[in-house]
This record gives sequence, structure tokens and C-alpha cells, in this order.
Amino acid sequence: MSKLESKIPKGDLAKKWTNYKAEQKLVNPANKRKLDIIVVGTGLAGASAAASLGELGFNVKSFCYQDSPRRAHSIAAQGGINAAKNYPNDGDSVYRLFYDTIKGGDYRAREANVYRLAEVSSNIIDQCVAQGVPFAREYGGLLSNRSFGGAQVSRTFYARGQTGQQLLLGAYGALNRQIAAGSVKMYPRTEMIDLVLVEGKARGIVTRNLITGEIDTHFGHAVVLATGGYGNVFFLSTNAMGSNASAAWRAYKRGANFGNPCFVQIHPTCIPVHGEYQSKLTLMSESLRNDGRIWVPKLKEDAEKIRKGELNPGDISEENRDYYLERRYPAFGNLVPRDVASRAAKERCDAGYGVGSTGLAVYLDFKSSIERLGEDKIRERYGNLFQMYEKITDEDPYKTPMMIYPAIHYTMGGLWVDYELQTTIPGLFAIGEANFSDHGANRLGASALMQGLADGYFVLPYTIQNYLADEIHTPRMDINQKEFIQTTQEAKEKLEKLLSIKGKQSVDSFHKRLGKIMWDYVGMSRSKEGLLFALEEIKKIKQEFWSDVRIPGDPASVNVELEKANRVADFIELGELMALDALEREESCGGHFREEFQTPEGEALRNDQDFKFVSAWEFKDENEPPILNKESLDYEFIEIKQRNYK
Amino acid sequence: MDLTLKVWRQKDASSKGKFETYSISDVSKDSSFLEMLDVLNEQLIRENIEPIAFDHDCREGICGSCGLFINGRAHGPDYETTTCQLHMRKFKHGDTIVIEPWRAKAFPVIKDLMVDRSAFDKILQSGGFVSVNTGGVPDANAIPIPKEAADEAMDAATCIGCGACVATCKNASAMLFVSAKVSQLALLPQGKLEAQRRAKSMVAKMDELGFGNCSNTGACEVECPKGISIAHIARFNREFLKAKIND
Ligand SMILES: Cc1cc2nc3c(=O)[nH]c(=O)nc-3n(C[C@H](O)[C@H](O)[C@H](O)COP(=O)(O)OP(=O)(O)OC[C@H]3O[C@@H](n4cnc5c(N)ncnc54)[C@H](O)[C@@H]3O)c2cc1C
Ligand code: FES
Repeated sequence: MSKLESKIPKGDLAKKWTNYKAEQKLVNPANKRKLDIIVVGTGLAGASAAASLGELGFNVKSFCYQDSPRRAHSIAAQGGINAAKNYPNDGDSVYRLFYDTIKGGDYRAREANVYRLAEVSSNIIDQCVAQGVPFAREYGGLLSNRSFGGAQVSRTFYARGQTGQQLLLGAYGALNRQIAAGSVKMYPRTEMIDLVLVEGKARGIVTRNLITGEIDTHFGHAVVLATGGYGNVFFLSTNAMGSNASAAWRAYKRGANFGNPCFVQIHPTCIPVHGEYQSKLTLMSESLRNDGRIWVPKLKEDAEKIRKGELNPGDISEENRDYYLERRYPAFGNLVPRDVASRAAKERCDAGYGVGSTGLAVYLDFKSSIERLGEDKIRERYGNLFQMYEKITDEDPYKTPMMIYPAIHYTMGGLWVDYELQTTIPGLFAIGEANFSDHGANRLGASALMQGLADGYFVLPYTIQNYLADEIHTPRMDINQKEFIQTTQEAKEKLEKLLSIKGKQSVDSFHKRLGKIMWDYVGMSRSKEGLLFALEEIKKIKQEFWSDVRIPGDPASVNVELEKANRVADFIELGELMALDALEREESCGGHFREEFQTPEGEALRNDQDFKFVSAWEFKDENEPPILNKESLDYEFIEIKQRNYK
Repeated sequence: MDLTLKVWRQKDASSKGKFETYSISDVSKDSSFLEMLDVLNEQLIRENIEPIAFDHDCREGICGSCGLFINGRAHGPDYETTTCQLHMRKFKHGDTIVIEPWRAKAFPVIKDLMVDRSAFDKILQSGGFVSVNTGGVPDANAIPIPKEAADEAMDAATCIGCGACVATCKNASAMLFVSAKVSQLALLPQGKLEAQRRAKSMVAKMDELGFGNCSNTGACEVECPKGISIAHIARFNREFLKAKIND
């Protein structure tokens, strides 16, 4: 069993990071040049890390599966990024951002990590502005802020509805500068398919070139995974089509513990599912809840007529509308955290008040804001989102309310890391959405961008040196040594096995089946019975996949079906671990809602007595169940409470 | 609706490609263009034919991965849209749709509808950034920036790097792409310091990589999915001219 050492520095919460930096080991400039670092992923976390490490003088190799690092999934983030700048003078502080994040995460995150995140948040905004990120500004020339769920202050910085794009282009610019300077070597269209360990330490990766099909190996004194989240286990999610869990999953299978796999975030405001052919779900940013009001009809008859197309939303009078979030949670109203808003929408729809042809939708209505602020102001704030909505649904949200429904969006779980962002494999680090670290059981809006950039710009470039300082005498390894050859062989065999099946069913058909089981039984609401059923079904899917999947084409060239099959094979196994984790966690907290554990009002009922820990799963071998290691969460500085947004 | 698709198929960069014709039925008008291609690919897989390769990722019109030449237009018949955001309601039952990859010397075909756009990365590596390291930068509000300038910089910065401008331009020029980045950074005090140097090195790179010259036809602006204006080309020309004069 691996020991989980969180390595939290001693001392007062507010001094921990300062003390850590004062005492950690550093690598001198001459030695930096002798050290190679592999960074897999070029989203906000990976691009910022690779650029910063390159600037420091390390030799960096950067990988992504897209044709350009600029296209990483982070590009799609819409609403904004949090920082405790307190520019609006509305009472924000590092402590308050820390507190909101811990509370928002339903007391399942590590205090020290979250405090550090809040502490460096301000530096991120400074850095991005210096790079030329065109954040929204007021007429006085200073930066503008908006509010996001789970906070009573306005601390979210944004660039229209394209904040992720602008932040990523900033980080990509910094990365490009290092590529030009020769300190970073970029490998686009290259997928990591395995991790190489030498004497228990991470020393390299095995990759597949997505154009030529070539399998290569790369050496690094340390390996950093910034490969994003695993929401695509559900098939339909707001993630990019290629977002995958394979890098993290292969690391798990090589010994890295996987933290809280069952903690996934279901975002309340996505465009509802509309057909079988659908390939992904589209998010409508949470920022819309600043100005949009969520409602369903108060009367079941009205809801039924709307579903049949006999009534329009405009026909429902004010007194016959149920603004259920404002009703249930007067203190936060439409800006309650995502898990709460999602469950409330499901509750109304399950009770028969849902709208849209399927009854699985609620309204997000801008009428009163348009009356108050004018259409131009709304267009300025959300124009691109409204346009996207109209392109997809063919309806004009300036005239008729949007229809929305919850969808899988983000994964709080991920590789378990300590305070230094190091996994249980020495020399293997995980940053950004790929790790489990800062969001507990639920992430607050605009905090993923913050975490990705905090990890990449301001945390990892320090903590990785504490590890590398002891590696300066390790020479670069020959990739022809046995560990590299052996791992490559295993990765190749796996691909060959997939290709040799020559079955009848397409990769997507398996992925869709897996997704449906996950959504129905490991989604917004879970029960022991459902989870046991899901575990059985996933086993069946796995068996069928490995005996009947069809992958046409040649492995030595572009082969999209092979890429997908390789990812879906991992999704199936990860789905199983998620269900197992959800089964073991007999409480409701954040995004994890177990039907057996709720208050009489239907709110999540946490069990701090028995479950105030991080679940860190350890792989044994294919034929044995994984081991559950527990990292106890000790709250030294804040008092744990029942979450209350009323 | 039922459709006939004429799709460019090409095994790899060195092979000669040709059009293949496929028919597809029962396409939902609410599906996106790429979802229609997914359905076609499922059909091909059932028939044991290799599915059509095309680039895509976000399917939200923001990553810039997708890019198909549809019935002779970059990203198809809709206005200000990417291929992934084009919906089948823009077509009619019985239509024949011709689907090709971007065609430009600087964007060689990799396979079927996939092209190599790494030239865009190379242009940006030659100077499309502000030269600051991580850390040690001033407070974000230390330099106020007029809202108008910030907004205009944002207009330019929305470029998704899809390459529609190059594919549309009869000279295969990358001027709209280059000028959007130069303009964004020149409008902001943080980027202004290097504006001239940036303009010069990006143009040199663009020429070196085989993109054509801009002859101001404005076709690129019309097909840009993000509606980026050719006014940025004018700003770019000013920066470039200043750089030349200072030489
Ligand atoms: C639609 C949408 C909107 C969002 N809006 C917001 C928001 O407003 N605010 C907010 O804070 N958060 C938001 N989020 C969440 C946030 O965008 C993500 O959590 C964050 O961007 C993740 O960044 P990352 O760097 O960890 O990973 P990603 O951006 O997912 O990058 C992953 C990288 O890893 C690479 N990769 C993956 N697997 C492999 C492999 N096997 N081999 C090689 N490379 C690999 C990919 O190529 C990519 O470069 C949003 C998310 C979505 C889906
Ligand atoms: S797939 Fe991302 S822009 Fe079309």
C-alpha cells in the first residue's frame, strides 16, 4: 500500500507557502540546462508550466494531441477567472476566496493547497495583463469584474465570453517565445500512451505520432501531466471531443494513486440534449446567471402544454412562474453553486415541471435584465454566447428564454498529488484539471482557470525544483535501455490487440453505451442499487469491447478510430473505478449525491464523522480490486459547517 | 433529409486524392455539419470502409480545429460560423454537397480533409507575443487602458487560427491572421513597445513559409468565422511602414 504523505508545510496557514519557498531546494542555472522536463498537455496548466520552466532554463519537451498547442480544451472556457484582487472594494480577500472555495467544495479539499491558490490568484491577473490579455475594462480604463456562483463578491475577471481563449492565447504566446528561444521543444499531434518508470521514478513517456503512427519514447528527469479532466467518460459532456483520461489512467496503472474519481461536476446551464446523433453538449456560461433568471411553470398543466407546443414561455404570467432557485435559496438566488443548481433543475423536471419537447429543460430568462439594462448591454456582456445558442437551437434568446439543462462539465477528481503537486510516483507531477487537488467535491465557477494557471505559472516552477535538486547528478538516460523498450513493447501490444479484434461494433457505439450507464447511475444522483448495477453493466461493456470492436484502417498513418479506441478502453476502466468510489462513499457531498443520504429538504447530507477524507485508489493488477488509501482531511483553520446558501 | 456528398479522399500527403460520392439519408436538420459526417463515418465503418479523417475538437466554434471547404466556401454557406457550428438546417433535402480540405501551398493535405497548419504556429513563434517572463510584472491596474482600445484589441484577439482566410484568399495570403495579432498587441501599452519589431519579423516569416501577398480584395474578412475586420490589416501596414522607416 502506498503511503500518502501530503507534505503540508508547518506553521500558520497564511505563512505556509512563504515558508515552503524559503526552505525548499533550488537548482542553479548551470544545472537547469542539464535537466529535461516532459510536460504533457498545453492547456492553461501545461502551457503556463512549460513556458515558465523554459524561461527558468530547463530543457522542456511539450506534447499535445491537437495540431497546435493553442487548441487545447482550455480554449473553450467562457465565463471568467477568479482572483482575490478586491478591486471592486466589496470585501474580498485571500481568506475569503480560500473560504468560499473550501465551502464550495463541501469541505473535501485540502486547506493548505486552497490557501496557496487564493494567495497566488492576484499574480495571475497581473501576469496575463502583462502578456496582453484583453480583459474587459470600465470606461476609467481599469479592469472590470463580474460575479460567479457560490460567492457574494465580484471577483471574476473576464474577456467577453471567451476568457479561456484569451488566457490560453497568452500562455501560448509565452510558450511560443520559449519554442523560438529553443528552451521548449514542441510535439503537437503526439499522444502519450504510457509512462516509463526506472527504479520507481517517472523517467519518460511513450507516445504515438498521430500522423505517422510511429511509437516513440522520450526521456525526462521529471514528467508533468497537464492532460485535463475525464468528463468524456460520459460520452456527452461539454469537454472537447478529444479530451481524454489516458495519460492519467496509464499513470494510475503504473502506480500513481487516483484521487476522488467519483467527484464530477454537472453544470446547470447547458443546451439540452436533442437527438441520438448528438456528439457533445454545449455549455452556456455560468456568468449568464448574473443576469438571467431561472424558472419553470408553477402549474403542471402549463408545463405539459409547453411540452406539447400548445403554449409558449411568453404565455405564462409572472405569478405562474416558479423562480425555484430564488424561492429555495434567497441569499444566493440564481447564483448558488453548480451542484445545488443542477440538482434543483433535476428535481423540478423529475417532478413534472420541465419544459422543452423532452421535459428535460428549464428556462434561463433575460427579459427583466434586458428591460433594466437594454439589449445592447446584454449583447456586450454575452453576445457570443447568445449567438452560439442561436446557431445551435435556431431560437433567439433576446426574444425567448433560453432552455437549459445540467450536463457533465468538469472533474474534480484526478491524480492524487501532495502539496508539491507530485503524485505517488516520485518525479511524476500532475497539474490543472488532471489532479484532484483544490476543488474538493465541487468546483466553484471561474476557479479552474485560476487553478490551472496558478499551478503552471506560480506553483510547479517552484515545487518541481525541490525534486530536481536531487537529480542533478542523474545523466540523461538512453532510451534504448530496458525499461523504455519494455514499456514501449507493452504499449504496442495493447494497440495491436485492439486492431486484431476486427469485430463488428464501432468505437463510438461502445462509448455511447458507457456514457448512458454513467449518466443514469453515476451521474447527478446515485444509489447503492444503481451503482452495483452500473458496475455489472460496465463489466459487460468492457468484455464486449475487447471482443467485438471494429477499427478499420492502417495503424501506420492517421487512424482516428484507433485513437478513439485506445481512449475508450481507458474510459471504460475509469468508469468502473468511478462507480466503485461512488459506492464506497456513503454520504452526499458536493457533486456526489447519494439518494440514501439527504436532509428532509432534499439537500446533500455529508458525513464528516466517517468520510472526511480523500479517497486515493491504488491499482494492484488486472485481476484484483484496487486498494483504497485514505488521506484524512484535517481542518485546522476553518470550522466545518453544513453548507447553507439559503 | 437525404443528401449526396462528394468528399475529397486522399490517403496521405504524398498520394493523389480524388472525390468519392456517398449518399446519406435521414439527416436531422438540427444536427451539426460534423455530426452529419459522424453519421456518415459510422455508416462507412459498418461497410468496413475507412472513415473520413477531418480535424475537430471543441465543436463550439472556438478551438479553430475544424475547417472544411463546403460547396466552394470556407466553413460553408452560413455567415460568421465555423464548420462545427454550421447546422444542417442550412441545407435542403436532395442537396449535393461538395466537401474539400483547405487548399493552400502553406497548408499541405495530411489525409482526406485534414491539413497541416503548423505554419501559423511558426508565424506566431516569430514574434506574436509580449516578451515578458513569469513573475515580476506590475499590478494589473497599474496601467489604465482606454475601454475602446481594450475592446478593439479584443475584437482582433478573437481570431481562432482556423485558416479560413488563407483558404479563401486567391493569393493564399495570411495577412488577416498576422494583422489580427499585430493589431491586438499594438493597441495595448504592454504590446506597443515591440510593435514594429513584431510586425517585421512576422511578415518575414509569413513570406518565408510560402503564403502569398495581400492584394486587398477583402475576401478573407467575409469568410472569417469571427468577423475579424480588414481594418486590422491597415493598422498592421502602419506598424510595418514605421518599422521600415526606422530601419
Ligand atoms: C465549455 C467549458 C467552459 C468552461 N468555462 C470555464 C470558466 O469560465 N472558468 C473556469 O475557471 N473554468 C472553466 N472551465 C473549466 C476549464 O476550462 C478547464 O478545467 C481547464 O481549462 C482545464 O485546463 P487544463 O490545462 O488542466 O487542461 P486542458 O485545457 O484540458 O488541456 C489538456 C491538454 O492535454 C493534452 N492531452 C490530453 N491527453 C493527452 C495525451 N494522452 N497525450 C498528449 N497530450 C494530451 C491536450 O492536447 C491538451 O493540450 C470550462 C470548461 C468547459 C468545458
Ligand atoms: S471544432 Fe473547434 S472550432 Fe470547430
